[in-house]
Amino acid sequence: MESINAKYVSQKISKTRWRPVSHSELQQPDIFATGSWDNEDNKISIWSIGSHASNGIEDGFEGDPQLLCEHKHDGDVLDLQFLDQERIVTASSTGAVSIFRHHPKTQTLSNSQHWSRAHRYPCDNAPCTGVVCSSPEIVSVGEDGRITVFRADQEGVVRVIDNADSSTIHAVTYLRTTEILTVNSIGQLKLWDFRQQSSSPSQIFSLSGDRVPLHCVDRHPNQQHIIATGGQDGMLCVWDVRQGNTPFSLMEAHSAEMWEVHFHPTNPDHLFTCSEDGSLLHWETSSPSDMPSFLQGGKSSGVISRSAMAPAGGNQSLISAWLSGDSSKGRLETTHMLPSQTLSVNSLDVLGQCLVCGTDGEAVFVNRRVPV
Amino acid sequence: SIVKHTEPVHNVPAVSDGKHMGFAWGPGDILVYETLYKASGMFFSLFSSFSVVCFVQGSGSSLIHEVRKDEDIYSPILRKLFNESHHIFVGLQTIREDLPSKSKKPQFVSISKNYRSVIRACMEELQQAAVSTGDEDVSKQYGNQVSILLAIELIWNLCEVLFIDAAPAGSLLLHLLDWVRLHKAEVDEKAREVLQSESPAEHRGYWDVVVSYVLQGRLEEARQMLVKQATLQPALRSMYKLMDTLLAKMPFYNPGGTQTLTEFDVKWRHWHEEVDRCLQDNSFASNQHLELICKILLGDEDSLLECKNLLSTWYHFLVTRLLFSHPTVKPTELHYYAQSCMTMFLDSRSVPEPLDSILLAAFEFDIHQVIKDCSIALNNWWFVAHLTDLLDHCKLLQSHNLHFGSNLREFLLLEYASGLFTHHSLWQLAVDYFDHCPEFGRVYLELQIERVPLETERKALKVLRICEQRQMSEQVRSICKIMAMRALRNNRLGSALSWSIRAKDAAFATLISEKFLEDYSARGAFSDLDLIDNLGPSMLLSDRLTFLGKYREFHKLYGEKHFTEAARLLLSLMTAKIAPRSFWMTLLTDALPLLEQKEVIFSVGQTYELMFCLEELTSSLNAAAPGSDPVTKVELLRLALARNLAMAIVKEGTVNT
Repeated sequence: MESINAKYVSQKISKTRWRPVSHSELQQPDIFATGSWDNEDNKISIWSIGSHASNGIEDGFEGDPQLLCEHKHDGDVLDLQFLDQERIVTASSTGAVSIFRHHPKTQTLSNSQHWSRAHRYPCDNAPCTGVVCSSPEIVSVGEDGRITVFRADQEGVVRVIDNADSSTIHAVTYLRTTEILTVNSIGQLKLWDFRQQSSSPSQIFSLSGDRVPLHCVDRHPNQQHIIATGGQDGMLCVWDVRQGNTPFSLMEAHSAEMWEVHFHPTNPDHLFTCSEDGSLLHWETSSPSDMPSFLQGGKSSGVISRSAMAPAGGNQSLISAWLSGDSSKGRLETTHMLPSQTLSVNSLDVLGQCLVCGTDGEAVFVNRRVPV
Repeated sequence: SIVKHTEPVHNVPAVSDGKHMGFAWGPGDILVYETLYKASGMFFSLFSSFSVVCFVQGSGSSLIHEVRKDEDIYSPILRKLFNESHHIFVGLQTIREDLPSKSKKPQFVSISKNYRSVIRACMEELQQAAVSTGDEDVSKQYGNQVSILLAIELIWNLCEVLFIDAAPAGSLLLHLLDWVRLHKAEVDEKAREVLQSESPAEHRGYWDVVVSYVLQGRLEEARQMLVKQATLQPALRSMYKLMDTLLAKMPFYNPGGTQTLTEFDVKWRHWHEEVDRCLQDNSFASNQHLELICKILLGDEDSLLECKNLLSTWYHFLVTRLLFSHPTVKPTELHYYAQSCMTMFLDSRSVPEPLDSILLAAFEFDIHQVIKDCSIALNNWWFVAHLTDLLDHCKLLQSHNLHFGSNLREFLLLEYASGLFTHHSLWQLAVDYFDHCPEFGRVYLELQIERVPLETERKALKVLRICEQRQMSEQVRSICKIMAMRALRNNRLGSALSWSIRAKDAAFATLISEKFLEDYSARGAFSDLDLIDNLGPSMLLSDRLTFLGKYREFHKLYGEKHFTEAARLLLSLMTAKIAPRSFWMTLLTDALPLLEQKEVIFSVGQTYELMFCLEELTSSLNAAAPGSDPVTKVELLRLALARNLAMAIVKEGTVNT
């Protein structure tokens, strides 16, 4: 907690995302983007947390994130994703989907592509609630229940599924290159297969009974059948899309809406959630191992051994870790990552050892030493 | 000179043209509009902005001016002040009432310091922004804000020393010295300038720095400066040596030590007498600067007043005078010295500025006067609201009844929070302030929260969460209704139904269910199956919704060829009066294919019941308006029912024998 750093930014932050780092180098991210909401003039902004040997700042002292550039954004930024190192896709409350380009040399942002009214009602705009991209493809979802597919290099729309959902779609993520997952406001998780021309989902998973709205969804980076979602009641659900159509496990997490859930991209034993209740949680499953505990050593050595032995497909022991979801057996540990907070934590992103989150208290928190 | 009315004056052009203006108070802003004057006094009855708009159109004028009462909340830098202090405020409210006051006091002092450090951070940022901006007007505006924050911090700090920390005699003076040193930091800048010059002792600001150090009781630093002069003038070495000894020997009270206040007083008197002796025997007569310092050390009023420029304010004069004449001053004696210092220091002709009166009131321990004067002099409620809240927690505001509202703390917090609520983004902060106003906070919140514009569902959910956490069921219903109506208008029946289920609004759920059924009747297929198939227990919210869900279930059973179950469900929808009468014909028509199956599906009893339903329906239809189309359908049904009855009797008879 001592390495967490708050910066007040005079705008309520709806989204924070790290700029991806190139895979060739094992470097930590140093640039992130934020989007604001509820302001008269909303913005997307690019921030730097400084390279690790910058400006002769002595060890131990880490400066505030510095604003590199910003650009006006029409409407609330409801979602924001990096398409690649330089391009950012945003979802707007006006129903538009836009691409902004960050020019690192001049430190400027420009609007390079704009699909207005990507989401709409017959006589009104419908907020676009989420985007996901896998360059050059972009998928957006909205309050109009529509799924729209774009390509960053084409002006037109590639595909639209009207009435994909009778209620609001809150979030979207890729399951595989041709399949996406959406969550909606009546507690359903839907799987869509773009290889089929049908306008109905190939599978619907739902919470039994209560119809609690789901707000966020993320996929396990190695085991693609493991899905985490978060909902209005603050509950964390883990699903196995290979079997059954109800969640595999439900875990109490927050006391209000869970706005985002993210598996750690390289250490998926770790998961992060944030909520309207003002908290940010770090979840850790200790992978069951036959090794005696004294051989596992401390956390740091654990990191090394884990990354060294995790093959691309993931190892079997991790599967049971999330799918058992059994906190009573002490396999799942949660830690609060923010000092006491009252206002909503709307967004978080984690990459390497760095975590960034943004709040309705108009603060951005950066933690550069996440114990993963 | 610092605190003044800085509210920007808005010149509404029409006023100068001699036109009559009407106005309407909003929760934060004021609408001003041109009007045709009529002596009826009707303008003052116009309260909602809606009526204002209508009126202006009627009068043929097209301009409405929105006058902001509080400009500060629109300053991006001051927004940080509001956000950070909100955090501190919420923390303060959680300090437990029942803790002994001894353990609470350090907490209150540290909270007070937190508030002040937020002010300071904000001030520094404004200063930087004022320098870096190219725009002269903006720079001036930032400069104004800095001076207001400076005054706020000065007052807050004094209140912290006198009221919150409530230092006793001895420590009191030390705290006051810190206060003066913090707010008269110019001397450090000047000292840097002198020391960086080639020959500091010959710099023309040299003696000013030395004297300023002495005036602030920074004797160690004064001695270091004096050494530079002494080395330059070996002839006067013994004189400098003597001054150095006097300065080094001046006793300061040590609150943590073992020395009692009386012991300190005795020691201090001895030192004072020694300084006095040096002055009497003209030890410093040959050097006017050292002699002045010697007189200052004796607390000589005329000599202190000679340094008016270096002291620059009467409260610096006060603290210096106390340091060298009454170091063990008691809190209760302060007001006397404060009053006399102010009179001595200020020109008899000049009127004290608001800041002077506020500080004087603080020295007089008149907390209410301080708050009142600050409320009048400052252009925002931030300061008085937070300070009053903190003082109230310290139990320093005896129940001072207002003639309106509940008490001073709550009144000021409500004013501040209402201002925040008018802001498009900061309204969220206001909620916590309202929560901590026990008497009227809830009413304020209820009235304000309904006025938050809901552009997206996400925002609606946030507002809804605020209402649900506080059991504000009226507002919850109203928000859900707004969202449901909007969805309905946009032809999003599924969303509309979800919102009315969330509000438990049975009437609206019925309305939407009917829309679904109409839609079904028109198209012959259901829309939004993902929703209707997934209603669960919420189906029970309204009869019509139950029917919708059950009817869809019938279709599912039929589609899956579970004919017997489907038939039973269909019949029960009519016999249990779940289906609306208007829908019976559709249900009976749905029964036709089941009646015409090769297999007998409806039993004898069930067929009789179906016949009964049909007759009941036709009799009421005939009574209303006989049409040709239903008649053929009815005939068809009667025929099918009769055939089925025959088959069922045969079948059941066969089984029985």
